[in-house]
Amino acid sequence: MLLSTSIVLGSLLALFAVVILKGAFALSLSMITETPKAGYYLGGGGGILNAIVGSLYLASGATALAFVISIPIALFLNEYAGRSRFASLTRLSLDILWGIPSIVYGAFAFTIMLYLGARASLFWGIITVTLFVFPIMTRAMDEVIATVPLRLKEGSYALGSTRLETALKVVTRQALPGILTAILLAFGRAIGDAASVLFTAGYTDSIPRSLFEPVATLPLAIFFQLSTPTPEVQERAYASGIILLIIVSIASLASRISTRRLMKYVVK
Amino acid sequence: MLLAAIFSSLLVFIITFALIQSAAPILTSQPLSKLLLTSYWHPTTGDFGFYPFIVGTLFVTGLTIVLAVPVCLLTAIYLAEYAPDKIRGTMKPAIDLLAGIPSVIFGLWGVLFVVPIIRNYVAPLSGTTSTGYSLLAGGVVLSIMVSPIIISISQEVIGTVPFRLREASFALGATKWQTTKHVVLRRALPGIVAAVVLAFSRAFGETMAVLMVVGNVAKVPSTLFDPAYPLPALIANNYGEMLSIPLYGSALMLAALILLAVVALFSVAARIILTKLESRST
Repeated sequence: MLLSTSIVLGSLLALFAVVILKGAFALSLSMITETPKAGYYLGGGGGILNAIVGSLYLASGATALAFVISIPIALFLNEYAGRSRFASLTRLSLDILWGIPSIVYGAFAFTIMLYLGARASLFWGIITVTLFVFPIMTRAMDEVIATVPLRLKEGSYALGSTRLETALKVVTRQALPGILTAILLAFGRAIGDAASVLFTAGYTDSIPRSLFEPVATLPLAIFFQLSTPTPEVQERAYASGIILLIIVSIASLASRISTRRLMKYVVK
Repeated sequence: MLLAAIFSSLLVFIITFALIQSAAPILTSQPLSKLLLTSYWHPTTGDFGFYPFIVGTLFVTGLTIVLAVPVCLLTAIYLAEYAPDKIRGTMKPAIDLLAGIPSVIFGLWGVLFVVPIIRNYVAPLSGTTSTGYSLLAGGVVLSIMVSPIIISISQEVIGTVPFRLREASFALGATKWQTTKHVVLRRALPGIVAAVVLAFSRAFGETMAVLMVVGNVAKVPSTLFDPAYPLPALIANNYGEMLSIPLYGSALMLAALILLAVVALFSVAARIILTKLESRST
């Protein structure tokens, strides 16, 4: 049993060790501050600023849009629908949506884009990633909001507030740490997923200036750099991997710290 | 608010409908049995035999479960029943971190670490040569990817087994391991099965990590060291040629539809198991 636990922990450590050791050499300031110059994928100069900024735009947009959809659903499921058949149906649909692989979301969005004659762009990338990420966010929020103690809500109703006021002012305040964790969890999934943006966001060497230009994402940048025949570019792929790991770890750390900070608003 | 909730239920149907519509050309041009059971894959001549891809996907996912479940179940039991608080406190953030790592990074690690080990050490030990890009590589990488799912759900479920059951077992003179094996696990079995089913569907649909290590050769793999070509990798690798060859796009959408159907089935099954578990314990 101890062996199994050490295998799991060991794999995590091995993963970090290998990626960091291999990529540390190629990591330089120019990697994160410059966009690719001509011939980048064959050994030319430049960095992956296009992918870093692109990923941040895409993931932030998708997380924001998913939040706008998720919070109403989570509040609705807990405040208004309760144990009804409709709530069970919605939760079942969310479970199915949660399990759908990201490439199916990409394929689905692609068929819509073909039907509308649209081109791959930041806009469609955001839409696809939003669809992929909102079940994850909603399910996490649903679980947290369900733990809000009944007496808080009863107290609020006793003072004469409506269900909407209770939901927006009392419940969200109590569930705030959990909601923030759900948002950051979704952000981490959104920024790291490659399959959903493969067809829908395109790829480019520049930073998009409008919503309808194609956008480069970090996972795809890593993948394309790894697929070149030049060893120096492959090294850059490992360095890009480190950058992605750092971003995801920051999100994870931020969620832990903010949870602890926000616990002062939570009634025990 | 109501609209948002209705939207999520509708979305499942919309996605299914859109995929069926786009897979319709190939579904109507050839009988389903020919599509699913033949192995001849030549898009330029209009032959789409999905069999190697379906079998490849099943093998990779099956291998993942075989590799992951014993290790993760033992880890979950250890963390829930035996581990001191300090170890439990260290493992929880570790497992959360593992759950958050993007799949490209797993693929990167697979290419850098797992594939060379298979090529240089494991294959010669078993008497065959291999490029390292194999079913085994895919299985190992995927099993580490799904381990957080299995460990966290199993640990939670084992934790909800009522203490009085354990007390009764101890009162009858059983050792801790006997109690764990015969009482706790039996009670937690539905939850553990649900965790395994969820891990199965996650591994089934995983794209990036698998396509980087599994070799992508459209042939039914005959040994662990042969390359395979799972369905998600098929879609991801060939989306560029989708529109240039007739029926190719439709074939890839059919692959996506198969993925959707299998995953939806497993998600519903897991939900049913978990609901039965909840109603039994209340």
